Amino acid sequence: MNFEEWAAKPLLTEHGIAVPGSRIAHTSLEAEEAADIIGPCVVKAQVPTGKRGKAGGIKLAATSQEARSHAQAILGMEIGGYPVEKVLVEAQSPFEKEFYAAVLNDSASKAPMVLFSTSGGMDVEEAAEQDPDAMRRIAVDITKGLSLAEAKAALEGLGLGEAETAIAATLVRLYAAYRALDAELLEINPLVVTAAGDVIALDCKFTLDDAAVPRQADIAANGAPERMTALEREAAAAGLKYIELGGSVGVLANGAGLTMTTMDAITHYGGAPSNFLEIGGEAYTKAETALSILLKNPNIKSLLVNFCGAFARTDVMAAGVAEAWKALKPDIPVFFTIHGTGEEDAVALVKRELGLECFDLMDDAVRAAVDAAKGRTA
Amino acid sequence: MILRKHHRILVQGITGKQGTFWTQAMIDYGATVIGGVNPKKAGTEHLGVPVHGSARDAADQFDVALMFIPPMAAKAAAIDACEAGAKLIVCLTEHIPAHDVMEMHAAARASATRIVGPNTAGLVTPGETFAGIMPAFNETVFRPGTVGVISRSGSLGTLVSLNLTQEGMGQSAFYGVGGDPMIGTTTRQALQFLDEDPKTEAVIICGEIGGSAEEEAAEYAKTMKKPVAAFIAGRASPPGKKMGHAGAIVSGGKGDYASKRRALERAGVAVADIPSQLPGFIRESVPA
Repeated sequence: MNFEEWAAKPLLTEHGIAVPGSRIAHTSLEAEEAADIIGPCVVKAQVPTGKRGKAGGIKLAATSQEARSHAQAILGMEIGGYPVEKVLVEAQSPFEKEFYAAVLNDSASKAPMVLFSTSGGMDVEEAAEQDPDAMRRIAVDITKGLSLAEAKAALEGLGLGEAETAIAATLVRLYAAYRALDAELLEINPLVVTAAGDVIALDCKFTLDDAAVPRQADIAANGAPERMTALEREAAAAGLKYIELGGSVGVLANGAGLTMTTMDAITHYGGAPSNFLEIGGEAYTKAETALSILLKNPNIKSLLVNFCGAFARTDVMAAGVAEAWKALKPDIPVFFTIHGTGEEDAVALVKRELGLECFDLMDDAVRAAVDAAKGRTA
Repeated sequence: MILRKHHRILVQGITGKQGTFWTQAMIDYGATVIGGVNPKKAGTEHLGVPVHGSARDAADQFDVALMFIPPMAAKAAAIDACEAGAKLIVCLTEHIPAHDVMEMHAAARASATRIVGPNTAGLVTPGETFAGIMPAFNETVFRPGTVGVISRSGSLGTLVSLNLTQEGMGQSAFYGVGGDPMIGTTTRQALQFLDEDPKTEAVIICGEIGGSAEEEAAEYAKTMKKPVAAFIAGRASPPGKKMGHAGAIVSGGKGDYASKRRALERAGVAVADIPSQLPGFIRESVPA
């Protein structure tokens, strides 16, 4: 779950990292009012994506009239596919130097990693490529945490001068925030040092670990909603992972790997999948809900049901599908292939309840579903 | 390591619905289940084996801890198993917070415990034993044989094992590495175990988009004499979306299908367009 700047920055403040004063505005008038209070400001588009500056979504304003006209231009823009619905009106913070700082889950070391670079402001991957020496990486022992001494040692040789200790302390606070927030990524870019020696976060990017949402419910309430279609939203509410695609062959399978494979096989045999929808894992009892959502997609011309039960019992899933099929009476052909846990009962049930034979080979079922979607007979 | 019949298994969460169903299946199959854990039912018996209050209470009595534990309790259970001296933890749990997963890995490093998973479907050694939630007992899917199967996904691993069995070939071992981004035993390490296993003559890798597990495995495959074939799921998946597994996402051009396929093919691995091609690849490459 991603957080926009306005939602992420207060979390830094709570952990002792300074940010400029700011106000949220939903209209150009609100932006003008905010600038009246704040003074010279920056008007920043609030969308959960990067490259806002390049897209023209960040503008300096010396006066409140200027803030109003910038807000007018920025509100209603679309950046990275996201419509801008609010702007952050933030006090301008003149600075001497800008840096990059982040903490993230490093999958290679299976441990937290603190990143710091003297090339602030730009895309960090570009910066790391341009000047690899300017990037410091601290692999943190999660059982011990990050000490000020470790942070200082990592910053040595970067020529930070008097700011070194304050920046090291900021990294320690950033790590503490990352831990407390169950962050997947907590990034400050740029982190600046003012003439007075203050360290301030001018931007913040925060990604909350989706798996930690149940224990971070208060924090998650301010997360940016994922871009979803109405059906995707309905499925998510029912605890199902459903992704709408452009094709005409419906996919109902169990397990992420098998569901992706089923989509691949449909494509391989000349068809196009209409969706990703899996009912593996704990969702294996939700076949009925899953099917009703799937059938609401108007593009669907045939349905392929592919179960390879491990944890997910195919007899339970097949019973759910048969039940839903009889209730919904869809006007499309359906093709089954079922193997694994509960297979015999599942195959017998499909025959008994729907009068259909299951295909022994997945490839045969896929071909039949693709042909049916194209309006040909198999 | 390859799971063997002599490995003594402790089931954490043995008394739950799924724990009960799968432990019974494992016992029926011939697995050496020596007991289970449920702090609330310590001192009782379940499925004919003792229930302990913690893994530490059963220290020295087991080699493998198998976790049927909900996500928020998984960290404590894994640390308990590590402190009890588990050689191997098979962690089936999906959706464990990533910070907890990192703490689990840190505990495992300290106790020299190997973790398989999280989010694995488990390990199967056909005809011998299994630990997890795979249909080992279904003879249309698993038969003793000579092909090692590695998979990030239980369902795809089941399909590929089925395809082998349908073609008259069996499996030496199934190695579910798990669908999470931070797993204890990587595809590369599993490949090495199967390479070193005398009963394995060829290996199939069932990969997925996301991460770099297949690219790293390709580096090892280059050094192998045993033939390796692979299928990578997710070619038809859109970028930027998590495809069910937390680890199955192509983001910023990383972890995409093409780079995985290229890396494997450069290492001499035969990459299938669809899983049903895999048995043929194996048949062609293994001398009769």
